[in-house]
Amino acid sequence: MTAARRVLLIGGIALAVVGMCHGTWYAVFAEHQALDRIGASLASAFTRAAEQNPAQVKASLSNYREAKYVYERQVDAHGHWIGLAMLLIVLGIAFDRIGFSEKWQLVLAIALLAGAALFPFSVLVQTLDHGPLPRALSVASSGLMIAAMAAAAWGFALNRPRV
Amino acid sequence: MHSTIDSLLAGSGAHFSRLSARRLLVLGGIGLILVGMIFGDIFAVFVLHQNAARVGAGLGAGAGAAFAGDGASVVAHFQDVGSFLENRGTKIDTHVHMIGFGYLALLLAVLQPWIAFSEITKRNLAWLFLLGAALLPLGVFLIHYVGLAYSPLRAIGWASIIADAGGLCVLLVTAAYLTGVYHHFRGAGLRLSSDSLLDSRATSATRLLVGGLILILVGFAHGAYYAASDLYHHEAQDYTILSKMALGAASRDGVQIDNALTEYAQLQGDRAVKIAAHSHIIEFGLLAMIMAFFQPYVNLSERWRRRWTSTLLAGSVTLPVCVLFELRFGLLAGALADFGGLLVVVALLAMWIGIVRCAGSLDAGPEMTS
Repeated sequence: MTAARRVLLIGGIALAVVGMCHGTWYAVFAEHQALDRIGASLASAFTRAAEQNPAQVKASLSNYREAKYVYERQVDAHGHWIGLAMLLIVLGIAFDRIGFSEKWQLVLAIALLAGAALFPFSVLVQTLDHGPLPRALSVASSGLMIAAMAAAAWGFALNRPRV
Repeated sequence: MHSTIDSLLAGSGAHFSRLSARRLLVLGGIGLILVGMIFGDIFAVFVLHQNAARVGAGLGAGAGAAFAGDGASVVAHFQDVGSFLENRGTKIDTHVHMIGFGYLALLLAVLQPWIAFSEITKRNLAWLFLLGAALLPLGVFLIHYVGLAYSPLRAIGWASIIADAGGLCVLLVTAAYLTGVYHHFRGAGLRLSSDSLLDSRATSATRLLVGGLILILVGFAHGAYYAASDLYHHEAQDYTILSKMALGAASRDGVQIDNALTEYAQLQGDRAVKIAAHSHIIEFGLLAMIMAFFQPYVNLSERWRRRWTSTLLAGSVTLPVCVLFELRFGLLAGALADFGGLLVVVALLAMWIGIVRCAGSLDAGPEMTS
């Protein structure tokens, strides 16, 4: 097995395990609480509106916004980690069909693994830090992933079919 | 061409004999994807839009109750909204998990030659996987209808218990197969033993591989564009519109509530079609790439294999593109999106039948294969 395939297959399986463990932890310990908080804060906002208490309406909606922000990023990180892991495994199985030298295959595999690991991680970090750094990491890692995927598509196209 | 495929098939025939683990996982995996897609199409046509309208109506009724100063009714209306969202969420989860398990079954089928267990063990694990993969979506689908009826637990109903048991089966089988892969590589020193199935360079397989990769690439680019241009804007809009709605109710301003309800429905629609287009194009791309590996098992002529490949790729482009235009062109785009989904289902069904035929020819002996 070439080093590039090893990076993709082992890296993909490891990433899938990380994504599943994160998903299991979140489903058991955090998801129901998050959904309860989202629903309760929204209902509370309208109950306060019925009482004509705009200050409490705003407080409840801020609570709703924060809970939803975190919930959506947790779910996105889980889904993207597992989805990208499956993609790495599929690419790893087929990687010998890429018409590049072994050295460039390895570079491409490392770029794919780095993008697939860092992008969901940066989404998760956004729940802890609302500043520009995690967003910049998201942009950089997704850009790396897209560039590496484009190169892989080019490599597959270079490898002519035997008809 | 046919002889190339036949020679590949002869090499991989050992892994695809009657009721082998690989055959069970390939046929079961494609079957799960097909059922999941048909379920998704039925859900999109008969449930999705009606349910979205009910959620919107429930939110409007909640805002109306707040406008009338009736706090108790607000809570009741939001409980209704919660119930509608649960109904929608469990249907989507059924659709997504069935297709996801189908993909996982196909990936595990590819890995079969590198799993260091006896064929009987692998076959029993495959049956257990398929049982779990069927039970989880079924249980999730029933959650909304069964609720907590006759449940021995306070918070979790029978449907959730069945779904969790199904998920546990899938998790255990996947872990067992990965253990088998570990034992294989520990013995073979990270060498991949030959599996001629993966050596296929037929045009149909290459088209699926490259086409699938391009679909995923387009999906990634669209996702990046969505994140840059819409994601944070949508989140801010969600908060702003709900604030307008609630503060309108607090100040007894009916016009502001109505405007906010209209804006909120448009926002949810815009967001839903963009996310659906992003996820569907990537999933179809992944499906095309995985199906590329199994082309040698599709017992059809290369010409027909290419036709079904083109049909699958055409449907994979049509559905997400038309979903994206649903807000602008309404029912026409929706109907075309459903047609795209149908193309993918038909192409996948044709490949599934080809694989059944292949297994049938293996059962009947080499003279049938030739």
